[in-house]
Amino acid sequence: MKYLPLIWATLWRKKTRTIFTLLSIVIAFLLFGVLETVDYAFSHPSGGVSGADKLITINKYSITLALPFSDTQQIRSVPGVAEVTWITWFGGYYQEPKNFVFALPIDTDTYFNLHKDEFIVSDAEMQAFRNTRTGALVNVALMKTFGWKVGDKVPLHSTIWTQKSNGSLEWSFDIVGTFDAKDPTQASQQASSLLFHYEMFEEGRSFGKGSVGWFEDRVSDPSQSLEVAQRIDALFANSSNETKTQPAKDFTMAFIKQLGDIGFILRAILGAVFFTLLFLTGNTMMQSVRERIPELAVLKTLGFSDGKVLLLVIAESLLLCVTAAVIGLALSYGALPIIKRGLQGVELLPSALLPGFAVAVILALIVGAPPALRAMRLNIVDALADKH
Amino acid sequence: MFKQFFAVSLMSLQTLPQRIGASSVIVVGIAGVVAVLVSVLALGAGFRHTLADSGRADRVIILRGGSDAELNSNLTRTDVDTIDSAAGLAKDAAGKALLSTELVTVVNIPKIDTGTDANVTLRGVGLKLSEVRPELKIVSGRMFRPAVRELIAGVGAARQFRGLNVGSVLHLRNADWTVTGTFTSNGDVHESELLADVDTVGSSIERTGYSSAVALLTDPGEFTAFKDALTTDPRLKVDVQREPEYYAAQSKQLTKVINIVGNTVAVIMAIGAMFGALNSMFSAVAARGMEIATLRAIGFGAWPVLLSVVLEALVLSLLGGLIGASLAWVFFNGHSVSTLGGAFAQVVFQLTVTRQLIVTGIIWACVIGLFGGLFPAVRAARLPVAEALRIA
Repeated sequence: MKYLPLIWATLWRKKTRTIFTLLSIVIAFLLFGVLETVDYAFSHPSGGVSGADKLITINKYSITLALPFSDTQQIRSVPGVAEVTWITWFGGYYQEPKNFVFALPIDTDTYFNLHKDEFIVSDAEMQAFRNTRTGALVNVALMKTFGWKVGDKVPLHSTIWTQKSNGSLEWSFDIVGTFDAKDPTQASQQASSLLFHYEMFEEGRSFGKGSVGWFEDRVSDPSQSLEVAQRIDALFANSSNETKTQPAKDFTMAFIKQLGDIGFILRAILGAVFFTLLFLTGNTMMQSVRERIPELAVLKTLGFSDGKVLLLVIAESLLLCVTAAVIGLALSYGALPIIKRGLQGVELLPSALLPGFAVAVILALIVGAPPALRAMRLNIVDALADKH
Repeated sequence: MFKQFFAVSLMSLQTLPQRIGASSVIVVGIAGVVAVLVSVLALGAGFRHTLADSGRADRVIILRGGSDAELNSNLTRTDVDTIDSAAGLAKDAAGKALLSTELVTVVNIPKIDTGTDANVTLRGVGLKLSEVRPELKIVSGRMFRPAVRELIAGVGAARQFRGLNVGSVLHLRNADWTVTGTFTSNGDVHESELLADVDTVGSSIERTGYSSAVALLTDPGEFTAFKDALTTDPRLKVDVQREPEYYAAQSKQLTKVINIVGNTVAVIMAIGAMFGALNSMFSAVAARGMEIATLRAIGFGAWPVLLSVVLEALVLSLLGGLIGASLAWVFFNGHSVSTLGGAFAQVVFQLTVTRQLIVTGIIWACVIGLFGGLFPAVRAARLPVAEALRIA
C-alpha cells in the first residue's frame, strides 16, 4: 500500500496516453456490462408463469394447434396437480398492428388461484371484474401507454378471432380495474397485459369453440414437477391431441432459443472487443515500461528487488484496468434503463455485471505480464548505460 | 506545397515499419470494429434478402381481412370459389385459374444445433403449385403425391432441422409423414418450409378452410383492378397484397432491431478504437519529433507535415478496415442460421456480406482514422522547431 503514490505517479507520467488508454478500456467494459446483462437476461428468463411449481401443457406437434377443453378435468385429476387453468391466444392490438396488446382470455377463479401472489389487484376492482361480463383488468403500464382510464370502453382488434354475432374482428372491453406485478422483476414481463373473461370470449367467437390454446398447471410439490408433467402427457398419449408438458421456465427458454443463438453472437462481439483491447493496452504498457527503463534501473540500484519491480509494474496495470472497469461497468449500470426500454419483457439484473471485475483482473495480468517480466530481468548496469 | 506533402508522406510511410508496434494498434483496433459491424449487419442483410427475394410482382396473396399473417387467417371454400372466378388471374390451357389454396400451420421440429423445438412451417399447397410457383425445383428425391401423407422439405429447413432428409419419417399428430424430396426456391423464405398437399394437411389438423390463396395475375399491372374487385365484393372480406410487399413487411421489424444493435455496438467500439488510434499517432509523432523538426527547419511548411500524419493514420485505418471486412467475409459470409420470423415460424437464412456492407465498413474505418490522426497531426504541425531540436 505504501507504494501506491509511486504507482500513481508512474501511471500519470504521460497523461494523454494514460487517459486515452483508460478511456478505451472504459468503453470495452461499458460494452461488456451491457452485452453481459442482455445475455444473462436471455439465458435466465424470469417473469410470466415462472416459479418452479408451474407447468405449461401445449399440443405436442404445434403450439398453434388447439387442445380440447375437456382435457381440463383429466389434468385436474392427475395426482400432484394442484390447479389447472386454460388460455387461448387472442392476437390482439389496439388501433394499429404496432400497438400490440398481450390480451388473454382467462377463467377468473382458476387463473388467479394458480397465479396467486403474482398480481396486485384491489378487492373492489376484482369484484367489479367478476361482475362485468365484458370487463377487463389492465396492467398499469399499459394503461399509461395508451392513456386509458378505468371506466373506458376500449376496442381491441384480434388478428384471429371473428365474432359470432357479426363476423367482425373488433372486440370491445370495459376497463374495470388495473393490476400490477407483485414481484417488481416481473413488471416488464406483464407490461402489455390485458386480462378478460374466457366465458365471454368462448361465447363470442365464431369458431374454435370447445378448444383452448394451452393449459397452465400448478403442482403441489415443485420437486415432483417433472414426474407430474410425464403423468399429464401419458394421459393423452396416442390420442389425436397428444400433449407436451414442461416447466414454464423451460418453455420460455425454448422460445428464446428459437430466436437464434443470441449468446453466441454476444460472446463473439465481446471476444472481438477484448482481443482488440488486449492488443491496445498491452502495447501501451510495453511502451511505458520501455521509456522508463533508466528509472527502473535507479529503483533497482536503490535496493528494490527484482520481484518488487515486477510487482510494481503489475500493480500499475491492475490499477489502470480495474479503475477503468469500475467506470465502464458503472456507466453500463446507468445505461440499463435505456436498454430496458428497447427490450420489453426482458429483466436486466445488475448482478450480471459482477464477472466484469474478474475480467478486469485477468486483463490486467495478461497485459502487465510481459512488461513486468522485462522490468524484472533488467540488468542495472546495462539499463543505466542505455544498452538494453 | 504538393511536392513537400508527397516528400513528407513518402518519408513517413517508409519509416512505418520501424514503428510497427504502435501502428499495428490502429490496424488491429479498426479491424475489430469493422469485423463486428460488418458481421452483425450481414445478419440483417441476409434476413432481408431471404424475405425480399420471396414472391414476384405478378403474384398476389389473399388473406382474410385484418389477419396480418397467414397463420391467423381463414378463408372458406366459398371464399376461394369467389376469388377463383375474379378477373385478372392467369389461366392454364384448360382455362382454370392459376391459384393455389394454401393452409399454413407450424409443427415442432428440433433444431439440429441446439436440439430444442422450433416452429417450422408446414404449408399445404394446391394442385396448381408448379404453375403458380415455377421457381420451385426438386433437388433430391421426388414431389409429394396428393392424398397420401408425404411432404417435401426446403433445403434451408433440411439444413437446420432434424430428420428432414429424403426417406425420413416425421410423426405428426398420430400419423407418419414421409419426406419424399427436398427443394430449392430461389433462396426465398419457402426454403425454410415443408410443403404437402393442402387437403391432406387439412384433414390432419382437422381444418376445413384455408389460410390463404396465392395466385398469378396475367400482368403485374392488373393488381389494382384485381384488388379492387375482391375488396369491394360484398361476399368477401379479404386483404389482397402483392407477395413482395407481404414478405417485406415481415422482415421490417427484425432488420430494424439488428441494424440498431449492430450500429450501437459499432459506434461504442469505434470510440474505443479512436482512443487507440490517437495514442498510436501521438506516439508516432513523438517518435518522429526530431525528423519533423528537421524538416521544418529546412523549410517544409506546417500543412504538408499535418497532412502527412493524417495520411499515415488513414492508410493504417484503411488497412484495418480491409482486414476487418475480409475477416467478416471469410468467417460468416454464407453461414446459415435461422430465427423466428415475423410470421411466428422459423426463417432460415444466410449471413450475407454484401459489397455495400464492405464499403460501409471501410468508410467507418476511414472516419475513425481521420479523427484519430487529426489531433496528433495538429500537434506535429505546431511543434516548436527549436525546442524539438534541442531535446534531442
